[in-house]
Amino acid sequence: MSSETPVLRAEDLHKSYGDSKVLNGVSFEIERGQIKVVCGPSGSGKSTLLRCLNLLTWPDKGRVWLEGEEITDPTKDVNKLRQKIGFVFQEFNLFNHLTAQKNVSIALEKVKKMRKDEATKLALSELKRVNLEDVAHKYPAELSGGQKQRVAIARALAMNPVIMFYDEPTSALDPQLIGEVLDVMKKLAQERLTSIVVTHEIGFARSVADEIMFMGEGTILERGPPDQIISNPKHETVKQFFKRINELYRREER
Amino acid sequence: MTTVWEFIPYIMSGITWTLGLVGGGLAIGFAIGLPISIGQTYGGKEMKSLLDTYVWFFRSLPLLVLLFLFYWGIFPASGYKLDSLAASIIVLGLRSGAYQSQIFRGAIASVGDAQLVAARSLGMRKLSGVQHIILPQALRISLPGWSNEYAIMIKDSAITFALGVLEILTRTRYVVMATHEPLLPYFFAGGLFIVLTYAGTKAVSVVYEKTKIPGLIGRM
Repeated sequence: MSSETPVLRAEDLHKSYGDSKVLNGVSFEIERGQIKVVCGPSGSGKSTLLRCLNLLTWPDKGRVWLEGEEITDPTKDVNKLRQKIGFVFQEFNLFNHLTAQKNVSIALEKVKKMRKDEATKLALSELKRVNLEDVAHKYPAELSGGQKQRVAIARALAMNPVIMFYDEPTSALDPQLIGEVLDVMKKLAQERLTSIVVTHEIGFARSVADEIMFMGEGTILERGPPDQIISNPKHETVKQFFKRINELYRREER
Repeated sequence: MTTVWEFIPYIMSGITWTLGLVGGGLAIGFAIGLPISIGQTYGGKEMKSLLDTYVWFFRSLPLLVLLFLFYWGIFPASGYKLDSLAASIIVLGLRSGAYQSQIFRGAIASVGDAQLVAARSLGMRKLSGVQHIILPQALRISLPGWSNEYAIMIKDSAITFALGVLEILTRTRYVVMATHEPLLPYFFAGGLFIVLTYAGTKAVSVVYEKTKIPGLIGRM
């Protein structure tokens, strides 16, 4: 595979639910090692975009390639392709009946058919990567929100994905827990793990994103380097959005 | 009076039959009900309406009608010569399957779709996700409802006296007919049903406590 092949490429994605058009022609690509942040008001199609990219939701129209291989080809085995995409959910979606370690190792055992002891070993090392080796034996309901989300990140990382999707990973967290999750995400970003991050954490976007894609009305309204989009956007909707976010941000810092 | 008490071992040996009816019925009901609940939740439109029809049929007819229909009608007509015990177990099982399916269906729904979406996002196939992620949680959640099904089944099993199955009630009736003394035998039979119901539901609630997911409170 040539080094120019983007890790992921989306072309003209459309998705409607009934009469409401959620995605209305979204195209972009992401190179190896890039971090893209997706922002936009709620209902602008950010989560739907992520779900269409790993076919948790099938787009009505449009195509997606992962490492040059078209995954929207209906003859392809989606389950194989999804293993290469790590997905981190807003509400964590940890498996409630399994310990943190089992949450990470179950897909290794059942999907990758790894031996149990190998899967356990790998799970523990992934938990260590997100600083959670000491809660490996605990169940999700015994963990804080920040710990849950880090287990979820470890669970995704264990599959050795070529790209990570984060769907508002800190939106369900108490303010004092956001930092520990962002720190892990920053660390992974600095390791150049290709990622698409739906978030409104401006600080995170500024420090690690290569590009911000701002979504609205089902399309990408504006895109560019974080500083440009946050401080000097052209589109009126984007201007308004960041004006409000910046006000909020300053108020919190005070 | 003494004659009545002499029959107590005879009535007591009906416990084995009652437990056979209940155990067999619940086991068949589980084997039928669980796949039905999975089909109803995840299956296609045609499969759903087929399964709905099954559930609707067995929940609509009185147990007595089902017993007569199958024992005197459907089994002989389709060439099966089943004795009354086997026929009763099968009918109790077919019927319990309809009820159990609704217990499991509710439990699966309360586990929530997000769990399966997470499993799918890791590349798990749908059925594998149902097996490893959904069912272990749903079966725990369904235990209280399932213990209710046991309590109902214990009592329903007595209706098989109509086919002469030698369970507790049938034997008690024979004793009453022989002694012309209804009060004590029926009291005794009633006591047996109370003990069996209590012991069974207690056992299920012990299992429920033992298999509780640590930290998860109030969800089940």
